[in-house]
Amino acid sequence: MVELMLGTRKGLVTLAEGSSGFRVRDVAFAGVPVEYAFCDPRTGARYAALEHGHWGPKLHRSDDWGATWRALPAPAYPEGERFRDHWTGQTKAAVLEHLWVVAPGGADQPGVLYAGTNPGGLFRSDDGGAAWRLIRGLWDHPSRLGVEGGRPGWFGGGRDTPGLHSIFVDPRDSRRVFVGVSCGGVFETRDGGETWASRNQRLPAPFLPDDEHDTGHDPHFVAPCPTAPDVLWQQNHVGVFRSADAGRSWVDVSEADGPVGFGFPIAPGDHPDVAWVVPAVSDEERAAVGGRLRVCRTEDGGATWQPLTRGLPQEGAFDLVYRHALDRDGERLAFGSTTGNVFLGRDGGDRWTCLGHHFPPVYSVRFARN
Amino acid sequence: MATVRFTRHLQRFFPDLDVDGEAAAGATVAEVVRALDQRHPGLAGYLVDDAGRLRRHVNIFKDGHTLRDRHGLTDPVGPATELVVVQALSGG
Repeated sequence: MVELMLGTRKGLVTLAEGSSGFRVRDVAFAGVPVEYAFCDPRTGARYAALEHGHWGPKLHRSDDWGATWRALPAPAYPEGERFRDHWTGQTKAAVLEHLWVVAPGGADQPGVLYAGTNPGGLFRSDDGGAAWRLIRGLWDHPSRLGVEGGRPGWFGGGRDTPGLHSIFVDPRDSRRVFVGVSCGGVFETRDGGETWASRNQRLPAPFLPDDEHDTGHDPHFVAPCPTAPDVLWQQNHVGVFRSADAGRSWVDVSEADGPVGFGFPIAPGDHPDVAWVVPAVSDEERAAVGGRLRVCRTEDGGATWQPLTRGLPQEGAFDLVYRHALDRDGERLAFGSTTGNVFLGRDGGDRWTCLGHHFPPVYSVRFARN
Repeated sequence: MATVRFTRHLQRFFPDLDVDGEAAAGATVAEVVRALDQRHPGLAGYLVDDAGRLRRHVNIFKDGHTLRDRHGLTDPVGPATELVVVQALSGG
């Protein structure tokens, strides 16, 4: 059975597909903001990252498709770790502020999970989330703290502190992992996390003092082509970029005269020239462009983009789609917005159906299979 | 043994928690929180962050007064002390 897991401001909403389409099957953690939720395709385990307003970030796991959940320890920063508050220049104690994403390790390492957090820590578990450790190689990367009075380190974008929101493992080699940090950039390890290299060469960043900065970039979301892992797509704060060489170089594939530029999510297709984005007005408004909600698809590596609007509201729409709130399953796509609308796209997004107008603000959307 | 009362919201996550009054040993508030965490694993993480600081929207009153030390929870506790754990009235 195909399901959709919606992380929303008011809980984890699970929609199940039946003969009459997708219907709400379950609401878990009612009233509690769920930052991210997904089903691990290797094990079938489901994970939900909760964002209690009062009680701190928490992680829960279900091994029975969401019927029951149990609390796991959330990743914790070791005592004494620090981060630099970019806005005051002071270093502060690093504690878990947000648990922004949880991602599976390689197919050959079914117990491995990664967690991306604010203020910038990447954590790894080798036992399905029972215990976590900070990946020191990235945390100790010289770009993170920057230099007092000199080059800026990682800093917050949208939130006050840097956040790690994109994590994926190369299917050819599980020791090779990519992450995306706002603001820091894209980083790659080839040795399982011991050493990391930035993958931001020649990316523009007009909000930095000069274009020579190798870090400090703001990838909103980074994801690989599943069938051609050297092809990476990046929805960045300043545009949409594609790499054909695993992040060593990036090509700006934004539209010069169209809406594709600013936005948050990006979903690569199985063909390395195919991807979808959901454009938004940069940067002060953060709403659908011109009040028209559209998904844009490229089938030629970003040379051109087609707006997909059939079934989507074309006037008065304020919908903004967050970075984890667009997903693809074969020829179908699904996304949810801050306005509480959830849409299912068929035929690669040629036709859209609304699955509900009255959801809470949607933080994440992920397909799940039982 | 100090007596600790809790906001009822915490019973959702810790069904066995006696929100009307749990007895717990400790010479400081931090030690009491640790003792409670032994009995209700994970409870401390709801009250304090990774560095042991009281979470921003959580308060602990000691005999009707706010804690002096929200960072280290070093306020002394005696056998007759009553602690009350509350949360900020916020949301939406």
